[in-house]
Amino acid sequence: MATPDRRDGRSGAPTGDRSPLNWLLLLPIAIPLLPPLFNAVEPRLFGIPLFYWLQLAFIVLGVTTTTLVYRATRRNR
Amino acid sequence: MKTTEIVIFTLLFLLVSGLGFVAARWRRPDDLANLNEWGLGGRGFGGWITWFLVGGDLYTAYTFVAVPALIFGAGAMGFYAVPYTVVVYPMVMLVLVRLWSVSHVHNLVTPADFVRVRFGSPTLALLVAITGIVATMPYIALQLIGIEAVLKTMGVTGDLPLIIAFAILAAYTYQSGLRAPALIAFVKDSLIYLVILVAIVYIPAKLGGWASIFDAAKAKFDATPAPGDGITLNANNQLQYVTLALGSALALFLYPHSVTGILASRDRNVIKRNMSALPAYSLLLGLIALLGYMAIAAGVAPIGKDNNTITPQLFDKLFPDWFAGVAFAAIGIGALVPAAIMSIAAANLFARNIYREYLNRDATPAQEARVSKIASLVVKVGAVLVILGIDPQFSIDLQLIGGVIILQTLPSVGLGLYTRWFHRGGLIAGWAAGMAAGMLLLYNIANPATKHEHFGGSAFPLEKLGFDTKITIYAGFLALIVNLVVAVLGTFVARALRSADGPDGTRPEDYFADKGDPRVHELETTAPAS
Repeated sequence: MATPDRRDGRSGAPTGDRSPLNWLLLLPIAIPLLPPLFNAVEPRLFGIPLFYWLQLAFIVLGVTTTTLVYRATRRNR
Repeated sequence: MKTTEIVIFTLLFLLVSGLGFVAARWRRPDDLANLNEWGLGGRGFGGWITWFLVGGDLYTAYTFVAVPALIFGAGAMGFYAVPYTVVVYPMVMLVLVRLWSVSHVHNLVTPADFVRVRFGSPTLALLVAITGIVATMPYIALQLIGIEAVLKTMGVTGDLPLIIAFAILAAYTYQSGLRAPALIAFVKDSLIYLVILVAIVYIPAKLGGWASIFDAAKAKFDATPAPGDGITLNANNQLQYVTLALGSALALFLYPHSVTGILASRDRNVIKRNMSALPAYSLLLGLIALLGYMAIAAGVAPIGKDNNTITPQLFDKLFPDWFAGVAFAAIGIGALVPAAIMSIAAANLFARNIYREYLNRDATPAQEARVSKIASLVVKVGAVLVILGIDPQFSIDLQLIGGVIILQTLPSVGLGLYTRWFHRGGLIAGWAAGMAAGMLLLYNIANPATKHEHFGGSAFPLEKLGFDTKITIYAGFLALIVNLVVAVLGTFVARALRSADGPDGTRPEDYFADKGDPRVHELETTAPAS
């Protein structure tokens, strides 16, 4: 990811892809890939075992993080 | 024969076919005869269109039929589709905007186009193109299985309906290009969302609630002798679950049809915003997966030994006839969108990276588009022949192989977006080693349940490598590791031998150019991909 930002100072030029917030994206990548967190039946939610409802809840984690990063790094034109 | 269901299915199918033909006039370009227009819909799709298009492209009819079938048969393992489609978006968010930018600056249409410019190697580009075409073909064929499962449930037999459906699809794709699936995706996805939302409220209520659904599933798996099934994972298949989810996520955006969907979008913001909006489809997929357990609880049996029929069978048993017809149409139309995009993507690869590179170097944009249109027809005829002529199980095996082989383009396409460190010779050697390793691993996976001695699945037992364990791992993941190791070693060797490396046609700032950047337009008109 060692891409330098543009330094030629032209107006309207893109400012590169770097933002410390990008590291947040690691959370929704790592957490859903850790079975000990969710590989159980109890506690259930509305009768649905943990394995299923928690993994569906990870979708919310993914959406929240990507939305946050998108909003923070959005380019206004 | 189920008349109500067939009538509704046919009406919706005809409506969508009409849309497919009308699409040629939607956002009408001055001239449809070039790949930017025919193959990428004008490269100007905004947030909503991209959401429907890419969602309709990635979450295929086959997925909607096969994932519940997998859950029905094996339980928790089949749920890998959920973590897979959760991790993919944060993982590719930054990668895809780079691909979009560099493709925009250099007027690239396919992933192989990028490799050609980045590594200056027509050979490597050809390998990437062929890998893409070979991996996509069985995927198109599988969409037919989705339609077939629905037709079977409605009691429609014979090959003719399937041939007619694909002929119509071929005709409007030929005429309208990527605009056809983009427009149809609106109808397809609205229908699917409607059907699933109704299904997850209506069916559990009829079956006595979620708890009893999962209890029924547990009772079924407890009763079977198979050690790998159950409503949670066991000690031996957790690694397989994780590597399959991760490996599939890495592979997803290497597929040419995913790249086509992404390159058709208007600017970088559209892509980024979609990475947080597309998981709505993952939620849908997770809920669809649970249909497999509902089928167990409802006592639904597949037609013959074809587990792919359990979702349509479930709808048929529990929904009123008219709504079952709507549900079947959703699945049937659901096959058309990805099939169209996949055939366009495969055709673009042929036109760009084989026809123009090797057969006609001076091809005009119009010639290129014409070749691509014809190739899209050939690809679809091939898919129909494969499904009708050969055991459908063969396409399923091929698609499994497809996932493993497309992953072998990761070092050149995926890592290539970040680094030019690899030598083209190393990448070619890595690709070859990864392909060979992948084939060898898949060949050695047996499946007693389907009486397959070879190519019986993607879960490779580590026992076969001499480890004293019952743990399994995703074959594609191991093959990718082999690929990477060889690519690194090969790069060192090539450098040591002072072997000539190809020129890099891209500059660092190309990777974050955006629409409106004045330099982009200047380059677009002066520098075609080569």
